[in-house]
Amino acid sequence: MKWQRNDTLAAAGFLLPNILGFLVFTAGPLAFSLAVSITNWNVQHTVPFQCTGTENYTELLHDKQFWIFFINTVYLMLGMPICIAGSLFLAVLLNQRLRGMVAYRTLFYLPSFTSGVALMILWKALYNPDFGPINALLDWCLQTFRINELLRALGCHPVAPPQWLSATNNLLGLVPQELQISGSKFGLGAREALIIMGVWIAIGGNNMLLYLAALTNVPQELVEAAQIDGAGRWKVFRHVTWPQLAPTTFFIVVMSFIGSLQGGFDQARVMTNGGPSGTTTTLAYYIYTKAFEEFQIGYASAVAWVLFSVIFVVTLINWKYGQKELSY
Amino acid sequence: MADQAARSVRLYEPARTPGFGAWWYRQGQFVASHLLLALLAITMLLPFLWMVLASFKPYEEVENLNPFPSTWHPENYRKVFEQVPFARYYFNSVFVALWVTFLQCLTSAMAAFAFARLKWPGRDMVFRLYLATLMIPGIVTMIPNYVLTVKLQLLDSYLGLIVPASFSAFGTFLLRQFMLTIPPALDEAAWMDGAGPWTVFWDIALPLARPGLIALAVFTFMGNYGSFFWPLILIKSEHLRTLPIGMLYFDSVYGKQTNLIMAASVMNLVPLIVLFVCSQKFLVRGIQMGGVKG
Repeated sequence: MKWQRNDTLAAAGFLLPNILGFLVFTAGPLAFSLAVSITNWNVQHTVPFQCTGTENYTELLHDKQFWIFFINTVYLMLGMPICIAGSLFLAVLLNQRLRGMVAYRTLFYLPSFTSGVALMILWKALYNPDFGPINALLDWCLQTFRINELLRALGCHPVAPPQWLSATNNLLGLVPQELQISGSKFGLGAREALIIMGVWIAIGGNNMLLYLAALTNVPQELVEAAQIDGAGRWKVFRHVTWPQLAPTTFFIVVMSFIGSLQGGFDQARVMTNGGPSGTTTTLAYYIYTKAFEEFQIGYASAVAWVLFSVIFVVTLINWKYGQKELSY
Repeated sequence: MADQAARSVRLYEPARTPGFGAWWYRQGQFVASHLLLALLAITMLLPFLWMVLASFKPYEEVENLNPFPSTWHPENYRKVFEQVPFARYYFNSVFVALWVTFLQCLTSAMAAFAFARLKWPGRDMVFRLYLATLMIPGIVTMIPNYVLTVKLQLLDSYLGLIVPASFSAFGTFLLRQFMLTIPPALDEAAWMDGAGPWTVFWDIALPLARPGLIALAVFTFMGNYGSFFWPLILIKSEHLRTLPIGMLYFDSVYGKQTNLIMAASVMNLVPLIVLFVCSQKFLVRGIQMGGVKG
């Protein structure tokens, strides 16, 4: 005889603290946030409180700042492919049965593990255009290799080390505060500084560990079969290992998208306060300033929900596309 | 046809024993791998090295290209404690992080047990709902959470820092994955012997899920220790500041003294590094468990 246990009472007891917290601090606030986003609440009672319906959302679509910061958020995702490829490269390097691999793995993971305000303050000091070691090193290189003389001989402009966190230049030539591109704005600036720092932090992080685990699960028979057929190491990687890593890559890409779309706040607040002329303000930082510095809770909630919808749609797209790629 | 015949003949050749050249090739590979890895590791760690060296420099030398201080000034570390209440910041961060870790592990373990081992109607649907909330950007719930905390008069208090952070859908997810890997035969035996659910939880499920618990504890501690957004909006008084907020304050007021800032950063990171080195094994397994579809 097979008996079915019904543990509902026990389950209720076990779940109670967790689900209480979930309702009070996650589900409840979610509903509240949606409700607030259709009002014009701004805490200070300067304007009579009323339900404004979709006014926040339409205002948002016409808000130039919103679109500029949206572009900023997407721009900062430029480092993502470099990061994922780098993590894969490191994982492949570490996937050897040599002694000391664990030590290297620890060292590579260190930036990711210690990531936080202290690390950002460190990088802020590193990027200091006048006193920081990065520019000091670049200066030394420019002088020792006499690069500026060479450039002048070729008829080009002399270069100087970039101003990093105080520069509004960027690799796409975006003009700050405007939705346009200009050649004069080409260069390395605050956004690139943040991207470089982001890649440094994440390259040896969780993605590398996930790839390591996936690499050890690649069936050796497939690899050996390919090698017997005469495939070189690159061919083996491209046609055997890479498809086996597809589920892991899919997971990593989805999580990276979700993470970078809602990120960028800590860097902006600690290192640039939104960046020279708003160039490092992401949507998350915009929501923060709207809610906690200007107290426009209604509008900020609307922006937050738009961000959530974007993440949701992007995840759906990734999922659909990923499912197609995964079936082979 | 002819080469097919030739190929079949080759299959019957005696296997070549690896000769002396193969040993050299393996040694060469060994050296090359280590060289490349060491180079990459050193490049990655350069910022850390600069940070530690700069923390011992006198103020004027920080901007020099030479990373090594001419004279070592360990009193920079003492000066940090004199300029800001750094010891208080340390205590606050550790205190809050320990409480959050304890509460989160306890509530997540209990909920994970309910999802993994107990049978009740609607179990899987509720779990999928939990999972769905993982995708919500934190910023969406932060604003209402702030309003709620103000209404509950928990603004600017330890409780306000601890209580909202004590519940985690991620922790529940991670521990449920771990508990699912425990063979059900063990607790089935206990049920048959008449054990109650709490006994099965406390004496069987929890000890066997220990690696997962340790991983979750380390993650939670590390996450809360570095938590920035929530303390930023919640804390107004100086004596409640946690390390990230304290560092931000220190940098904005005394930022010019890079050597002191670096000393403070080093002190900030040391507990994390120690924690990581001690718990590495569990951490890595925890991350890989959470990432692989279970």
